[in-house]
Amino acid sequence: MPIKRAEKTPMPVREPQVRAHDFKEVNAGYTASQAAFESERCLRCQDPVCVDGCPVSVPIPEFIHAVATGDMAGAARMLRASNPLPAICGRVCPQESQCEAECSMTLRFNSVAIGHLERYVADWERTQPPSIGAMISTRTEKVAVIGSGPSGLVCAGELARLGYPVTIYEALHAAGGVLRYGIPEFRLPKAILDWEIGLLNAMGVEIICNVIIGKTLTLDEMFNKMGYAAVFIGTGAGLPQFLGIPGENLNGVMSANEFLTRINLMRGYDFPDSDTPVKVGKRVAVIGAGNTAMDAVRTSLRMGAEEALIVYRRSDKEMSARVEEYHHAIEEGVKFNWLTNPLEVIDDGSGWVGGLKCQKMKLGEPDASGRARPIPIEGSEFVIPVENVVLAIGTTPNPLLTRTTSGLLTNKKGCLVADEKTGLTSKSLVFAGGDAVTGAATVILAAGAGKRAAQAIHDALVSNVPGARGSQGVGPQASTPRF
Amino acid sequence: MPRILETRRLTPVTKYFRIDAPLIAASAQPGQFVMLRVRDGGERIPITIADYDREAGTITIVVQEVGATTKRVCALEAGDEILDVAGPLGGKIEIPPGGHVCGVGGGFGSAALLCLMRTFTARGDMTTAILGARSKDLLILADELRPLCNNVEICTDDGSVGFKGFVTQRLAQMIAGDWPGRPDHVVAIGPMAMMRAVAETTRGPAVKTLVSMDPLMVDGTGMCGGCRVNVGGKAQFACVDGPCFDAHQVDFDVAMRRNKAYVKEEKQALDRLTCMANREAR
Repeated sequence: MPIKRAEKTPMPVREPQVRAHDFKEVNAGYTASQAAFESERCLRCQDPVCVDGCPVSVPIPEFIHAVATGDMAGAARMLRASNPLPAICGRVCPQESQCEAECSMTLRFNSVAIGHLERYVADWERTQPPSIGAMISTRTEKVAVIGSGPSGLVCAGELARLGYPVTIYEALHAAGGVLRYGIPEFRLPKAILDWEIGLLNAMGVEIICNVIIGKTLTLDEMFNKMGYAAVFIGTGAGLPQFLGIPGENLNGVMSANEFLTRINLMRGYDFPDSDTPVKVGKRVAVIGAGNTAMDAVRTSLRMGAEEALIVYRRSDKEMSARVEEYHHAIEEGVKFNWLTNPLEVIDDGSGWVGGLKCQKMKLGEPDASGRARPIPIEGSEFVIPVENVVLAIGTTPNPLLTRTTSGLLTNKKGCLVADEKTGLTSKSLVFAGGDAVTGAATVILAAGAGKRAAQAIHDALVSNVPGARGSQGVGPQASTPRF
Repeated sequence: MPRILETRRLTPVTKYFRIDAPLIAASAQPGQFVMLRVRDGGERIPITIADYDREAGTITIVVQEVGATTKRVCALEAGDEILDVAGPLGGKIEIPPGGHVCGVGGGFGSAALLCLMRTFTARGDMTTAILGARSKDLLILADELRPLCNNVEICTDDGSVGFKGFVTQRLAQMIAGDWPGRPDHVVAIGPMAMMRAVAETTRGPAVKTLVSMDPLMVDGTGMCGGCRVNVGGKAQFACVDGPCFDAHQVDFDVAMRRNKAYVKEEKQALDRLTCMANREAR
């Protein structure tokens, strides 16, 4: 009989005063006894509603039961079968609004810590010899994956498992996409990403960096020149938005993408041992209240800022960041300016940021997004003295590929139009998934889309239905050229 | 990794590289650039594609030693490999055919005129290259450019070769009707101050002018927004919307100020590299 305990076993974390000054991971992970204890809180419901809350339908009660009975290998196998990036999703998924929100325990108590257990199992798996070896290519059709973020990695892994020779093309010099350049080390250690990529390499997936599809090669050339039979586009949503307020081009104003890329991808924290500098002043204002904003504001503390603050025009109720990230930010000393709308970045007299002029807001009726509309309060203007302003107000899909490809339809937000189930775009044998289709969303949604598209690609190539293969057909079997 | 096939010192601080990069060579167009990285932990720097040979599968770049990374690039020799070369990035230079195209190259910017002049001469435009340098020893690629365009005009500050004076003075003479005549289109590539001076020279007489902006970039693919340039009052990303913009719309004050954002760190990195090199030499 499962034992009911009201409280969720808390995740052990490093001391806020210590962790706010280094990049080591904040969450330490469950110990074996904590994991065993927590796994026994699961009620193993007849109708596991938690699974309905999971975008990739992880068999949650089953894997948790395996943990409870000490069958770690079984737990790892079950997890990976439905979610190919468990160590990553265990860390960055918004479980509180997905599986854990549905958990039956929440009727009276805290939910089971599904995310923490997922992480525990995945971390155990990484201590074991890899169970996946080289896949034998049983299919002759080559498939290309564009972008090595979560959707691309998962799609490539699934295609390799289905027997296809797969090549991932990455525009940057290192694979991982947003997992590499966006999410900081203290939330997702790069070693975990490297391990997942190593697994794909071991399976025989080829990753070619420094190739920008749409520039180095066009999408049509992928078929005609390179001989791919199908292509998956997982190019993400990497184009940063700006506010368009005066002073936005002053030195010291950055997009969160630039700030985080300088630090995560380019290792700016290690300057001058690494070559890319990043200037962080004593006071940093981050505009926005999503996960990227939390990453940026907490990163600025780690880069030496004495004061790091969030500026957001709505209130904490409308914030889109995960609760855990918000709490960690509070513990680390981040200050929050709710209902504060930035109006202008003030010049310090030398072309650098001297302050951020803001206006207080109040909340009105819900707007189109369903969130309360912020209304300016007349005469409430004030200036926050800061030396950096980081904009974390959202990103849109990068237009590099769509600008150079005819017949690839996008919606008015620049997102690729793709079938919800299969990921098929307006071009035959071209599939897409992840943020490039949905706009900025979550790792798990991207992973799910990549997995479904891999199956759809397989179906299309196997079925050989006229039309499903498209007019392009399969080009000459070109050998991989020099890059 | 792309291999360097040929190098040549053009001046004590500029070096010419021909690199084996077939895919980039196959799709490169005048005005585009590549992102380079030469070591683990190294920064990504944008370098204009000076020329390309689609058949040979090679691209040419010319690098001027200004900071630590460009110094590291210039230490490479034929046979060496470059860790990362990604491109071609940015948009190509588009000019309506049939006119007189004048490319103005300042310093190592002259290198980018190679593919530009070749392309426009080949389609039947009249082409003039105005090359500027402080003195004869710093002038680059004049002999290589001669067969690629109708006229090559050389300007040196000290008059050691060609016209004594700035490229803008020679350009102004041409606009006023001097041989080889008023250009219909000017493309200026070189230091920011020179490009601004060209923009001011052509603004009054209303000669259409493009400048190739060279802002600080991190990724070069539209991801960071660090390369934004104020063009006609609007923020444009040099990496995806440029790098060439209407010279008369560019806010050069903002562009020059933004390019100085990291001067202190750039000097620190350069001093450190010099110090390491000295220690090694001892």
